[in-house]
Amino acid sequence: MEQFLQQIASGLANGAIYACVALALVMIYVSTDHINFAQGEMAMFSTYISWQLMTWGLSFWAAFVLAVAISFLMGVLIERLILRPLHNAPVLSIIVVFIGLLAIFNSVAGAIWSYLIKEYPSPFPKSSFGIAGVIGPHQLGVVMVTLIVLGLLFIFFRYTPLGLAMRAAAQNPQMARLVGVRVDWMLALGWGLAASVGAVAGIMVAHIVYLDPNMMAGILLYAFASALVGGISNPAGAVAGGFIVGILENMVAYAGNQIEKATGVYIIGNGEKLTVALIIVIFVLTVKPAGLFGRVVVKRV
Amino acid sequence: MRTNRRGFVGGASALAMMSVAAPAVRAQKKYSDGASDTEIKVGHTGPYSGPASSYGQIGKTLEAYWKGVNDAGGVNGRKIKFLTLDDGYNPAKIVELTRQLVEQEKVLCLFNTLGTANNTAIHKYMNQKKVPQLYVATGASKWGKPKEFPWTMGFQPDYHTEGVIYAKHILANVKDPKIGVLMQNDDYGKDYWDGFKEGLGKDSGKVVKHVTFEVTDPTVDSQVIQLKDSGANVFFNIATPKAAAQAIRKAADIGWKPVQYLNNVSASVGSVMKPAGLDNSQGIITAQYLKDPTDKQWENTDDFKAWVAWMDKWMPGSNKADANHVFGFAVASLMHETLKKCGDELTRENVMRQAANFQKYKLPLLLPGITINTSPSDYYPIQSVQLARFKGETWDLFGDVMSAEGS
Amino acid sequence: MASASKKWVLGIVVLAFVVPLLQPVLPDVVSDYRLFLVSTMIIASIAVLGLNLLTGFNGQFSLGHGAFYAVGAYTAAVLMDQLNVPYWATIPAAAIVCFIVGYLFGLPALKLEGHYLALATFALALAVPQILKYKWLEGLTGGVQGIVLMKPEVPFGLPLTEDQWLYYFCLIVMVVLFWAAANMLNSRSGRAMMAIRDQYMAADTMGIDTALYKTVTFGISAAYTGIAGALSASAIAFVAPDSFNIFLSIKFLIGLVVGGIGSLTGSVIGGIFYVLVDNSAQALSQFVKNDLGLPFDLSAYTVFGVLLIAIIYLMPMGIAGGVAMAWRKMRSAR
Repeated sequence: MEQFLQQIASGLANGAIYACVALALVMIYVSTDHINFAQGEMAMFSTYISWQLMTWGLSFWAAFVLAVAISFLMGVLIERLILRPLHNAPVLSIIVVFIGLLAIFNSVAGAIWSYLIKEYPSPFPKSSFGIAGVIGPHQLGVVMVTLIVLGLLFIFFRYTPLGLAMRAAAQNPQMARLVGVRVDWMLALGWGLAASVGAVAGIMVAHIVYLDPNMMAGILLYAFASALVGGISNPAGAVAGGFIVGILENMVAYAGNQIEKATGVYIIGNGEKLTVALIIVIFVLTVKPAGLFGRVVVKRV
Repeated sequence: MRTNRRGFVGGASALAMMSVAAPAVRAQKKYSDGASDTEIKVGHTGPYSGPASSYGQIGKTLEAYWKGVNDAGGVNGRKIKFLTLDDGYNPAKIVELTRQLVEQEKVLCLFNTLGTANNTAIHKYMNQKKVPQLYVATGASKWGKPKEFPWTMGFQPDYHTEGVIYAKHILANVKDPKIGVLMQNDDYGKDYWDGFKEGLGKDSGKVVKHVTFEVTDPTVDSQVIQLKDSGANVFFNIATPKAAAQAIRKAADIGWKPVQYLNNVSASVGSVMKPAGLDNSQGIITAQYLKDPTDKQWENTDDFKAWVAWMDKWMPGSNKADANHVFGFAVASLMHETLKKCGDELTRENVMRQAANFQKYKLPLLLPGITINTSPSDYYPIQSVQLARFKGETWDLFGDVMSAEGS
Repeated sequence: MASASKKWVLGIVVLAFVVPLLQPVLPDVVSDYRLFLVSTMIIASIAVLGLNLLTGFNGQFSLGHGAFYAVGAYTAAVLMDQLNVPYWATIPAAAIVCFIVGYLFGLPALKLEGHYLALATFALALAVPQILKYKWLEGLTGGVQGIVLMKPEVPFGLPLTEDQWLYYFCLIVMVVLFWAAANMLNSRSGRAMMAIRDQYMAADTMGIDTALYKTVTFGISAAYTGIAGALSASAIAFVAPDSFNIFLSIKFLIGLVVGGIGSLTGSVIGGIFYVLVDNSAQALSQFVKNDLGLPFDLSAYTVFGVLLIAIIYLMPMGIAGGVAMAWRKMRSAR
């Protein structure tokens, strides 16, 4: 029973990481209709920036705020400089550009900061909260931060004029332009926001997986799956998707363990946990093709 | 410089020594592809990109080392042309690159190509072509088979032997051991695991839980929880630095306090013990053969000081805490010595002959008491390790230097 | 027009067959290594063509074609290793196995569209290395250690080197497969495939069995890529699970896009690019370091990234599309 709780808790904590990166993916998808393969590497780069600021003497939260702001600018610049000129290119071509960005961010980070893993501090008090033995304070902190980011995004898109304008620009660019929304700048803002959310994710993740240029490689795969599970256009769905993938994966390993314990036969274990989790997800998707949280859109032909 | 070569017997090495001592013996000059009066071509591939890019640092160290050698006049008057290519840790790519190095560039030998799967992919080819594949950067046990593969030689103590040593130590020192094993699910992990099982012998039932993880897994938390739940009181950690550090920390986080054994691959103070938390790392046992660059006890030894000076000159700005720089320097020193010993007979046969002819050679940066020993039937240059326990901020060596001859 | 391009293709194929025979005359230009390099390009072209049939001509998206490549490679490897099947016989076997796997995968994929199909194929790519390592299959697949194989031997006592033979073998397979693809695309079925891509609803209403076409296309596409995998197992003479990671699939995608989506010629260009891009990135980074003498270390991976972005900048429709457009511009200018 203890193991069961610990596995759930650890799945929840991992899920929060996936959810955070998945949120950034969804942000870009919602505002520009692209899936950004370089999202993980951008987040990694932002995390290095915050690390650099801290080694220059800034406090954690000062470095956090500054790194998120720098990332916002970085996102806007990437959209304006690299993607703007390509706005007529096919979706698949854009994916290749993203892979190019991924390679550049990864190798430049390696060249500047080396590939050696670095410790990254946790901003959360060591043992004043968190349930000892089941979930650590940092893990709990990550879950909370993820939910806070989700809440802020919700408020931003629902209640602020800028957020509404961004949604309008994404959903119906022509109409938005007619009512005076500067659509192209909205896209750049979307990129900026996504890069910021990514920075938050990277900074939260780095304490757990350590800081190195490849730290996001594995996580991006999971985040990508999470975003799709939740219905790629839905921030809340992405967060739920992250938790689902994180917990489901641990539960698969746990179930495999119990089966092995009971029968002595190895059927599934740690090697297969992601595979089995994804198979379950895909099975569900074939039954419910619009995604777990997506709405069925009726297209006019 | 070093004089311990004096006792050698055997025509080839005597010849080599003569030519080292007296370069006047010009009549003896013999060359294979890749060597000439002015140049020796040495090939290398490593992961400068992709998931294992932290090991790319080894290649950069090698490159800097040869630059230093050339700056000082080269090897017996010949400059080393070091060709290093990025294989991205991909077996398909290394086959193509190796052929480029051997057939287009016509290198004298390949040196320190990295990765078990990668070296396996070119193993047969190199031996068919009869081109030396020297001092490969992987500890699999298959690199020391001179009968089947006379052109391939390893460098570091093999994983298999190291596994045996841990198993024996556990059986001798831990009362009623219940062992939990965390293993990276690839051939490197498997080699350790096979050696470990062999070392346990009839006691292999003492392993109560064996869990694996993939390199792409973001964390190993779930696996460590399973290990704790199994009631294990010994933890054998077969993981590369990042996952090893995560596992040590997670064990402490969930209040699991087994006796911990950590594979040498991750026995780095700077990139494992510190990130895992020094408190959490106390008492961990590992096996070592190289001096840890973050370990203060070596600061005043001659070879270490020489290495620090070399780093400052040839790799300024690089992180000295990175053990890859130590590894690269040591293995390059051995290659350097091998080529020196070849003298003017720079044929592929002679390179292998010299590589298989080291007796108690003291390589810089090896632990005191560990030397290089090879022979035509022994293709494992380093076979000794010493156990060490983590104490405070350094490794505390204990016991004798151990070797598992004949395994 | 059609006959003119046919002549061109025929000319190139003849040239491809003749060039290796020049080895005695130009040993350094037509070296074994170069032929091997071209063989790997041919293999990559076939894999990219497989993906192109699915994505370019049928409009289904796949992020996981590396999985079929792996299945093909392992089918060939296991047959050669366990049953001593000759290498040439593994090609049809790999095609059949991959067709079945692809067809079966295409069935649930029918229910998934766009990004969900991407997820499913992506999951497949992630799953394959794990399945190859799976405990109960270890006896067959060699587990994490993979399988070491023999290189194909030259048959009938032909006076060829191993690499020349491998080159001819790959070339023959390639010509057959491209010819088959061209004929298929020109047929009724091919037009139906493309109709589904362009006007799904219309195709459906006109009585095209869209479900059947989509799943069969999936199967054929998988078979093509699987054949490429089987060829690669023979060429590299080694298979290991971790070489079939997600990045392999992504590189096929890069080859597809850079070569040209929905173009047979584009598939060939994509295959060439797939092999050349790494090498040229390395050469460029060496050039920057040694010849330009820049003080900073520009890694090959950075150059790779810049190259990708630059190509999409110059030719957003891929090289085949870009060249075609330039050709048209030139003609209209005249």
